Amino acid sequence: MTTFIDQEATRRDFLFIATGTVGAAGTALALWPFIDQMNPDASVLALASTEFDMAPLQPGQGVTIKWRGKPIFIRHRTEEEIKKAKETPLAELKDPIARNANLPPDAPATDENRVKDANGKVNEKYLVQIGICTHLGCVPLGESGDYHGWFCPCHGSHYDQAGRIRKGPAPRNLDIPPYRYVSDTKIVIG
Amino acid sequence: MSGHATYEFRNPLVRWIEARLPIFSTIRGQAVDFPTPRNLNYWWTFGGIAATMLVVQILTGIVLVMHFTPHVDLAFDSVEKIMRDVNYGWLLRWLHANGASFFFIAVYIHMFRGLYYGSYKSPREVLWMIGVIIFIAMMATAFMGYVLPWGQMSYWGAVVITNLFSAFPVIGETIVQWLWGGFSVDNPTLQRFFSLHYLLPFVLAALVFLHIWALHVVGNNNPDGLDVKSPEDTLPFHPYYTMKDLYAILVFFLVYLGFVFYSPWYLGHSINFAPANPLSTPAHIVPEWYFLPQYAMLRAVPDKLGGVLVMFGSLIILLFLPWLDTSKVRSNRYRPLGRFFFWLFVIACITLGIAGAQPAEGAWLITARIATVFYFAYFLVILPLLGQMERPKPMPATITEAVLSRARH
Repeated sequence: MTTFIDQEATRRDFLFIATGTVGAAGTALALWPFIDQMNPDASVLALASTEFDMAPLQPGQGVTIKWRGKPIFIRHRTEEEIKKAKETPLAELKDPIARNANLPPDAPATDENRVKDANGKVNEKYLVQIGICTHLGCVPLGESGDYHGWFCPCHGSHYDQAGRIRKGPAPRNLDIPPYRYVSDTKIVIG
Repeated sequence: MSGHATYEFRNPLVRWIEARLPIFSTIRGQAVDFPTPRNLNYWWTFGGIAATMLVVQILTGIVLVMHFTPHVDLAFDSVEKIMRDVNYGWLLRWLHANGASFFFIAVYIHMFRGLYYGSYKSPREVLWMIGVIIFIAMMATAFMGYVLPWGQMSYWGAVVITNLFSAFPVIGETIVQWLWGGFSVDNPTLQRFFSLHYLLPFVLAALVFLHIWALHVVGNNNPDGLDVKSPEDTLPFHPYYTMKDLYAILVFFLVYLGFVFYSPWYLGHSINFAPANPLSTPAHIVPEWYFLPQYAMLRAVPDKLGGVLVMFGSLIILLFLPWLDTSKVRSNRYRPLGRFFFWLFVIACITLGIAGAQPAEGAWLITARIATVFYFAYFLVILPLLGQMERPKPMPATITEAVLSRARH
């Protein structure tokens, strides 16, 4: 609008700016539905919790179930595994944080903190974790690796009997999902 | 019009790019400084409105595809999921469905404007013909899009329209089976329509680019139909026409969004809320409103092949309009008889639209036949003869003179 630069603002200037502003603001506001349509919808969010009864699991057995489309490792640990996990000094851990969604974000990665549910209940037999390597998202293999915990074949991350990262490129221990016991063996994840 | 504009840019990066791809001078010359006749009225804003609607259709379409499943067992339910579950899915779908209608409203007004002001005459024949091709391509796009929700009207619309091709002797049945990918409208048909419905809008966008290119070679026609003779006949496109177009777009959107938010199903048919059933045809099959005039012409002819030829002919004949209209005067502003017959033609088109929505029998059938005859007579008899018989009104010498003489009244 250089033509008007030396003149007083005119009625036409006002109309130009008002029209342009309404057009620009309308376009900006219309953007949100186009972005939000890609977010998980209500029907997806409604599937956010999963129930599982661990009673049939024998010591040394584990299963993988699906929660929010992700694999959840549930393992009934042997006495031997629990003992080894408890004996590991915290100083040896690559990631000293529990990474348990049921605990404060700075809780230390003790074996107890790895098996605590949202109500503070501890059942050290049952380890519940999100089965996704914290490196780049592959699913680790169970009962393998240098610590006989989990081993990720993608880039060689070793997790111990409590799912804590010990060796390899992964930065964090396997995440513990939010869950709570509804009976001695039954849990609700999410 | 003004040939290659020469611009000097100060920014060194702009200069560097400009020397390799003259995009900045092109934008300045074609979208900012482009000399546009100073007398364009609001009928000229419908080209920009139509282009905006194409953009709206492409954007809403791309996001709808993220949630749609092109399969006979899943298509209807996936559309219902869009309506009920997907965040703002209802809004995006109604924007798209009503957007098709308002795209046609804009294009029809745009075409009638071209017809009234003689925008198809020399040197704008190619510009007009590209426009006709755009019109035909968008009809195909709209038809295939309407099939995708796989409701009753979707399905039977697909059956009826594809069966048009069975009218051709000998090869008809082969063509129809090729279109269907089987012996009836079924999953292969749905999937190919989905593929083409995604492709064609981008073809449309390319055609619109050619349309605008042709426009920028010959320049805008104008309500007086006079050639631009001097710089004082024109205004720079920006801000005069960018803002005028934007204002018109905003007003158009008020009406469009009024439908989207308050009566989104008004322009559709409730029977399409029932899933497709290949074993039972609804009692009253009607296309969307924008195809009703053509549909009326199809049914006005008591012969299968004849009806199909008349319907396609009503579109093809538009390509020859620049040579059928023999009048040297472009604008109907200066053609008293031309104006009279133009409005008769508009009434004939609207009548065909109304007749197309009624059962093809009795008085409506006769009305449709009269209107069909007039439709073709307008192009084949009236316009050719009128150029020789009509005495145009005196015309101002220049656009500026026309504008100033009106301002004095």
